[in-house]
Amino acid sequence: MDLFTAIFSPKLMSQILVGLSRTVILFIVASGLSLILGVLRIPNIWHGSLYMVGAFMTFTISGAFGGGSMGFWMALILAPISVALVSLIAERSFFQHLYEREHLMLLLLTFAFSLVFGDLVKMVWGLEYKSVPVPRVFQGSVHLFGGLPFPIYNVFLLAIGPVVAIALWIIVNKTKIGKISRAAAVDREMVGAVGINVSWVFAFVFMIGCLLAGLGGALVAPTVNVSLGMDHTLIMEAFLIVIIGGLGNVWGALVGALIFGLAQSLGILIWPQFGIVFPYAAVIIVLLLRPTGLLKSTW
Amino acid sequence: MSNGIFGGKGRILGVAILVLLFLFPLFLPRFYIYLLSIILLTGLLATSLNFPLGYGGIFQFHHAVFYGVGAYAAALMITKSGLSPWIGFVAGPFAAAFVSLVMGLICIRLSRLYFGMLQISLGSLIWIIVYRWYSFTGGDNGIHGIPLPDVISSSKNAYYFTLIVTLLSLWVLYKIIHSPFGSALQGTRDNPVRSAMIGINVRLHQLVALIIAGFFAGVAGSLFIVVDTTVFPDMLFWTLSLEVLIMCLLGGWFTFLGPMLGAAIIIILRTFISGFTDYWTLPLGLLMMSVIFFLPNGILGYIQEKLYWSPAEHADLVEDDMVQQTAKES
Repeated sequence: MDLFTAIFSPKLMSQILVGLSRTVILFIVASGLSLILGVLRIPNIWHGSLYMVGAFMTFTISGAFGGGSMGFWMALILAPISVALVSLIAERSFFQHLYEREHLMLLLLTFAFSLVFGDLVKMVWGLEYKSVPVPRVFQGSVHLFGGLPFPIYNVFLLAIGPVVAIALWIIVNKTKIGKISRAAAVDREMVGAVGINVSWVFAFVFMIGCLLAGLGGALVAPTVNVSLGMDHTLIMEAFLIVIIGGLGNVWGALVGALIFGLAQSLGILIWPQFGIVFPYAAVIIVLLLRPTGLLKSTW
Repeated sequence: MSNGIFGGKGRILGVAILVLLFLFPLFLPRFYIYLLSIILLTGLLATSLNFPLGYGGIFQFHHAVFYGVGAYAAALMITKSGLSPWIGFVAGPFAAAFVSLVMGLICIRLSRLYFGMLQISLGSLIWIIVYRWYSFTGGDNGIHGIPLPDVISSSKNAYYFTLIVTLLSLWVLYKIIHSPFGSALQGTRDNPVRSAMIGINVRLHQLVALIIAGFFAGVAGSLFIVVDTTVFPDMLFWTLSLEVLIMCLLGGWFTFLGPMLGAAIIIILRTFISGFTDYWTLPLGLLMMSVIFFLPNGILGYIQEKLYWSPAEHADLVEDDMVQQTAKES
């Protein structure tokens, strides 16, 4: 009985739920990164900037629609789409010329993009924190597990995670373009040889990946201070998640995000000052045991 | 080719630059002396990164960690132990080399990109510990006002100290690159399988290269204390690592002095651009993009291509390309 109450103590359970809602954001961003890594082989550091742009866009769009629930829903749709369009332009004008180059060059090119976008965001939105109001439907909190409050918005996040995962699964496994892109990930030249325009398939995959970054940014916006520099920590976390999940494996991103999110939230419970160390330690342990990630990598 | 721009025709230029470097403090104002010292030590950091990266073909993504560890180790030795600062300056590089050894042992068995990523994750762990451990490392404030020995406490003397240590380190690195060990390392870069077949222990060579690189990054970290008397956690954040990578690429990675040139260009640009605008990363990013598109071998690599182009070397390059292509196809 003691053990039971210890395991199902309200504090622990609500901390797990907090960790799971963090997992949803991490999964959405990391799965986009993983998709791009798997198919296009670009270690896309710019992804973090797009996440940040998505969050700032959410602020602007929801403000433009009056800041109410309507504004939030419009932002949730329009912010990822605008991020995707930006990424499509960048892919067509820059990235597509460099696919044959080394990973290091691609990494540095995406870093250059993230440097440029860091300053662009500073120019457009300024240095101050921005906060996006939680839509009225999701305001307040529910009381779970012996009365500890849990924000309704996080319940919404927990619901949207599986929706995105299933949508992604359908796109990758059931649609024609998903099948083509999986084939292109394995052998680009062969796919081109059977008469498919690989270049545009890559552009599409890149756009979907970046759309997910924008969606992650839009979803996270009401829960945090939208600020400059939010890309720096997130992109590192997303990369580690992709690495421990197995490069290019979208389900690996899910597993990695779970490990990362839960280690973070439970770590804070165990040792508040160094709680943030736990996910990194978990990554190191996973990589020591399985150097190429938990699930099969597409590389 | 690997003789660098200072081989043959460029020797006079090299001597002239050296003489100028020693004469600068006599007529330059204090700020420029400080700037020159920063350029020298950052150039040393970039050169030490170029050693495993350009010559060893190892994806050393998080090099700044060793720089920061060296600086923090020296700073903590000086402020906490009460021993002579000189011991601290020596301890810094050795601490960095030790961390490099441990991280190398953990990462070395992974393939290239995974290696870089695991290194970033281990490095981020060290960064977080430094960033959060207020009682020991000073957290995000860092450590300020580190006492220096009297000999190097003036900015002019600090400059000469930095210059001499940097030149010595560059000389040692140059000798290492042109030793049998260095040649074997370049062999493991170009064709690891063939190198292993002729009896070279590839992992061991890479590990030693990493330790050497970590050591000299630690030297640069110690020098930063000499010049600036502060340390702060940004010195081991991953963005700095990528900035140093940019320096290597801008100057030219397969050249010995390229990273030094890249560091000089980037630091001078940053100083002058931030004089009249807050936006520094935008021009840096644009510069980076144009280098990637138009000068993939870096500035020095481009100059070498133009100046020292000879059919024999060209044949060599063609062979390299073929090796890479066959490696890609297989």
